[in-house]
Amino acid sequence: MDEIQKTLLEEVAGLHEIPAGAYNIRANGALSSRNTTEHIDIVTKEDKPGIDIIIKPGTKKESVHIPVLISQTGLEDLVYNDFYIGEDCDVLIVAGCGIHNGGNRTSKHDGIHTFHIGKNAKVKYVEKHYGSGEGTGENIMNPQTIVYMEEGSYMEMETTQIKGIDSPDRVTKAKLADDARIVITEKIMTHGKQYAKTEFEVDMDGKNSSTNVISRSVAKDQSSQLFVSKINGNNKCAGHTECDAIIMDDAHISAVPEITANHLDAELIHEAAIGKIAGEQLIKLMTLGLTEKEAEEQIVNGFLK
Amino acid sequence: MLELQNVSFSVTDQDGKKKEIIKDLSLKIDDKKFVVITGPNGSGKSTLAKLIAGIEKVTSGKIIYNGQDITDMTIDERARLGISFAFQQPVRFKGIKVKDLLKLAAGEQYMKGACDYLGEVGLCARDYLNRDVDGSLSGGELKRIEIATIIARNTPFSIFDEPEAGIDLWSFKNLIKVFEKMHKEQENSIMIISHQERILNIADEIIVIAGGKMKARGKKDEILPELLEGTKCRFYQED
Repeated sequence: MDEIQKTLLEEVAGLHEIPAGAYNIRANGALSSRNTTEHIDIVTKEDKPGIDIIIKPGTKKESVHIPVLISQTGLEDLVYNDFYIGEDCDVLIVAGCGIHNGGNRTSKHDGIHTFHIGKNAKVKYVEKHYGSGEGTGENIMNPQTIVYMEEGSYMEMETTQIKGIDSPDRVTKAKLADDARIVITEKIMTHGKQYAKTEFEVDMDGKNSSTNVISRSVAKDQSSQLFVSKINGNNKCAGHTECDAIIMDDAHISAVPEITANHLDAELIHEAAIGKIAGEQLIKLMTLGLTEKEAEEQIVNGFLK
Repeated sequence: MLELQNVSFSVTDQDGKKKEIIKDLSLKIDDKKFVVITGPNGSGKSTLAKLIAGIEKVTSGKIIYNGQDITDMTIDERARLGISFAFQQPVRFKGIKVKDLLKLAAGEQYMKGACDYLGEVGLCARDYLNRDVDGSLSGGELKRIEIATIIARNTPFSIFDEPEAGIDLWSFKNLIKVFEKMHKEQENSIMIISHQERILNIADEIIVIAGGKMKARGKKDEILPELLEGTKCRFYQED
């Protein structure tokens, strides 16, 4: 692994070295290294690019890292990763894609992740997207996440896209059985002329299923963002979606919450707020000695923390 | 030393009419003084405080701080010169923790006094350092944290805009202790905008502002008895 790839690995997976536990590192469209454990198996797909990650029932306190690193300009990569998480598991899955584009051709990574979460299993899924490089080529990512949740399962999904990604079109869909719960937290910052679209769709099919979809975003310069959050209550369930955005400069932000109740006992709430940084927040930090620009950075960083 | 020279401040209301909030006001505050500014609602006290901190800019006149003309300086430039300002209504943030705010306030000194700053205002550091400075804190807690940021800055000149506003009785008792301690130590100049007798009572000097002008100034013993007579107070009478 070269220095650029190491930097990308640190940005998307918070890893300085090869991680402990199971991992699969994909670099420039090919397998770079892999490790499996007694409870977690990783198998290369034979019919299409991608891997199957199979976690045995009852696996607890283990982690899987599956970062994708691209440092070659003009590389277009498409992968299908399927996760099979057994009953009663309690695991951490860290995925992420880092692109360093030093050239003038478009680098692209489309990851399609499908999760099958077994009964009463608990999954924390962390996904980070990061782009860098002095080249003029775009770094494009269009991640898709599809989640099937069995009875009593729980998933916490965190997605972060802070820098350097052009026109991502992110789709996240989840289907929940009885007593299943999914909490999705998204953090996005766009700048320059970037465009980011995120679309969430949660079907609460099971009795007492619940969801919370939270988006925090900052749009700077001439960038634009579209946030779509659809929540369908098809049974006795509770759903909440919230979008909180800071608009700066000449940016554009749209938030489109769509909640649909198909059952008398479905309780659904949506909240959306878009606004510039409050003047009094800037003033308070300036009275502590920060310049206006430093105050702005502090507020944005805190907001996305 | 802080000096205001013929300071005026006016705003234009919705009908395009000019309204003068501060009228040709001059005053000097010496180093290490504990001064309380009082006066009726709408008299211009808070505006005066904001003019000193740079949150509002004077329409005419000059503000001199330690011999330097700071009239055209920004809020942060004045802050870095050593002027602190505690808000009447503390600001809420999303994602900024109490410890972040105290770190920004104290700078490199932070590690020395994290517990002390909160302890001074009657809050336990362990319970509060990791709390977000947002709506999850009560008005009284926010107010005390606001004051803690000023203590953490420890600058030569601090302004408190109605520190008693919006806090409960118990917090108020602690607050008085905080100010009494500051007064006793006499390290820095303190200027408090207040209506509270107990705060007026610890002042070296009381300045009465009414109708945008200074109506009286003097030692506590000269000013306080008359103020306490309430509506009859001659300082509050308009020209």
